[in-house]
Amino acid sequence: MGLNINDIRNQFPVLHQEVNGKPLVYLDNAATTQKPQSVIDALANYYEKDNSNIHRGAHTLAARATDYFEKTRLMVQQFTNAREPEEIIFTKGTTESINLVAATFGRKFVQQGDEIIISSLEHHSNIVPWQMLCKEKGAVLKVIPINDQGEILVEEFDKLLSSRTKLVSIVHVSNALGTVNPVKHIIEKAHAVGAKVLLDGAQSSSHLTIDVQQLDCDFFAFSAHKIYGPTGLGVLYGKREVLEAMPPYMGGGEMIKEVTFEKTTFNDIPFKFEAGTPNIADVIAFQKALEFVNGLGKSNMVAHENEVLRYAEERLRTIKGFIPIGEAADKVSILSFLIQGMHPFDVGMMLDAAGIAVRTGHHCTQPLMNRFQIEGTVRASFSVYNTKEEVDILYQSLSKIAKLKNK
Amino acid sequence: MTDTREIQEEIIDEFSILGDDKESTIYYIMEIGNKLPPFPENERTDENIIKGCQSKVWLTTKFEDNKVTYLADSNTDITKGLISLLIRVLSNRTPQEILDTELYFIDKIGMSSIIGSQRSNGLASMIKQMKLFALAYQQSKLKV
Repeated sequence: MGLNINDIRNQFPVLHQEVNGKPLVYLDNAATTQKPQSVIDALANYYEKDNSNIHRGAHTLAARATDYFEKTRLMVQQFTNAREPEEIIFTKGTTESINLVAATFGRKFVQQGDEIIISSLEHHSNIVPWQMLCKEKGAVLKVIPINDQGEILVEEFDKLLSSRTKLVSIVHVSNALGTVNPVKHIIEKAHAVGAKVLLDGAQSSSHLTIDVQQLDCDFFAFSAHKIYGPTGLGVLYGKREVLEAMPPYMGGGEMIKEVTFEKTTFNDIPFKFEAGTPNIADVIAFQKALEFVNGLGKSNMVAHENEVLRYAEERLRTIKGFIPIGEAADKVSILSFLIQGMHPFDVGMMLDAAGIAVRTGHHCTQPLMNRFQIEGTVRASFSVYNTKEEVDILYQSLSKIAKLKNK
Repeated sequence: MTDTREIQEEIIDEFSILGDDKESTIYYIMEIGNKLPPFPENERTDENIIKGCQSKVWLTTKFEDNKVTYLADSNTDITKGLISLLIRVLSNRTPQEILDTELYFIDKIGMSSIIGSQRSNGLASMIKQMKLFALAYQQSKLKV
């Protein structure tokens, strides 16, 4: 089924504005996607009609807010195909989801001499928590190398695995290059040596169909704001048996069963990991984002996004001085590039002057940029509401910019 | 020699011709950045990097006949353009002139809306460093 992109665009008020006197072309979706009107309305609606603290409230509003809140958990369970809703934990974002695993699973199960494996493609948020943990525990962080196309060297990963490997924490889709990693293989191999696997799904959650049972990952982390939902909300999926074996994350309200000054017994999952009043409004509004995605159908969205991406790759490649960075055979949504002789920041500023929003810099992946011996890239990232016409605008602007240094 | 006020007025005039068109303004800044005289390679050291700038900026000075000459470079053309404007106003002047100069052209040409607040902070760091050089020369002269 083809999507009516015009109808979709009409659901996103922010897209209909001028920036620097030009119609906005928003190509920074890997950083955050825009929000449909339904999500914006749901936020206001919650505060207008339902605002109340959830769980344990004796009154109608509290019960209503609790029902809505827990409904999102069910929807996220379906969205990820988790076995049960208790395996879904709400966090502040992908970063907190990863840090939660480091602070709980890591604290309990990673010991001196143990090894954690990540890849060269990781975002800083899937590097630094493990570095901190390894330093604290005397564990060792190992990094899977990549080739010049930005693809993981699978045979090198196989060599890194050993009985000392406790965890493999790997990005599902690279935020800097768009590479889709061979996670099925990685998970199978890691499990064979008894290691657990965390997938950083910050990018993949909006561009691939996620089935945590089929993937068989132990953890899956992602953020609502990259799938048309509100900021400040993330999800950590974890297998029940793994979550139950983990100590709590933060201490506070909600995460307890019984507290005396001598001793506290902890609540069951997922509440064990959700201390304090959660981000209720954003959790509830996230339903609308999931409904938006479910309504269009993930596969239809991905088909459209891939078509726009391929079109952009084809067109931009004809620009003299255009250098693509990251040309994995399997990639989604993201087009990272340089213009010969120009700093990415200058290119970004000139595109912005033409109303085109892209991201420039290292994309929080400095080790990856070092691997390519560059300071950063210009990154255009596409979403369901982007069109080939917008790619044409990008092409025209970029041709003009590239000519400054590539006559 | 024209005073710093006249040069600032010149710059304001040039930018007013560009009007509100951000695209032409950015292209213009990059163009003047490209005309910045070459930076001596032996001065391209970590010591000469200005802290607080998002892009890399190297700044060094010469002091002859009681006049400060600034030499600068950056890894981005837009920053080079901004530096070249500052150099045009402040370079080849006495420390006292430099210290007395109020750089009002930056606000007048609406620089912060052109380059954004983060880069405006970088620009402020550049100006501070240029004035610190002038102050250092001024004080070393007083001691002699």
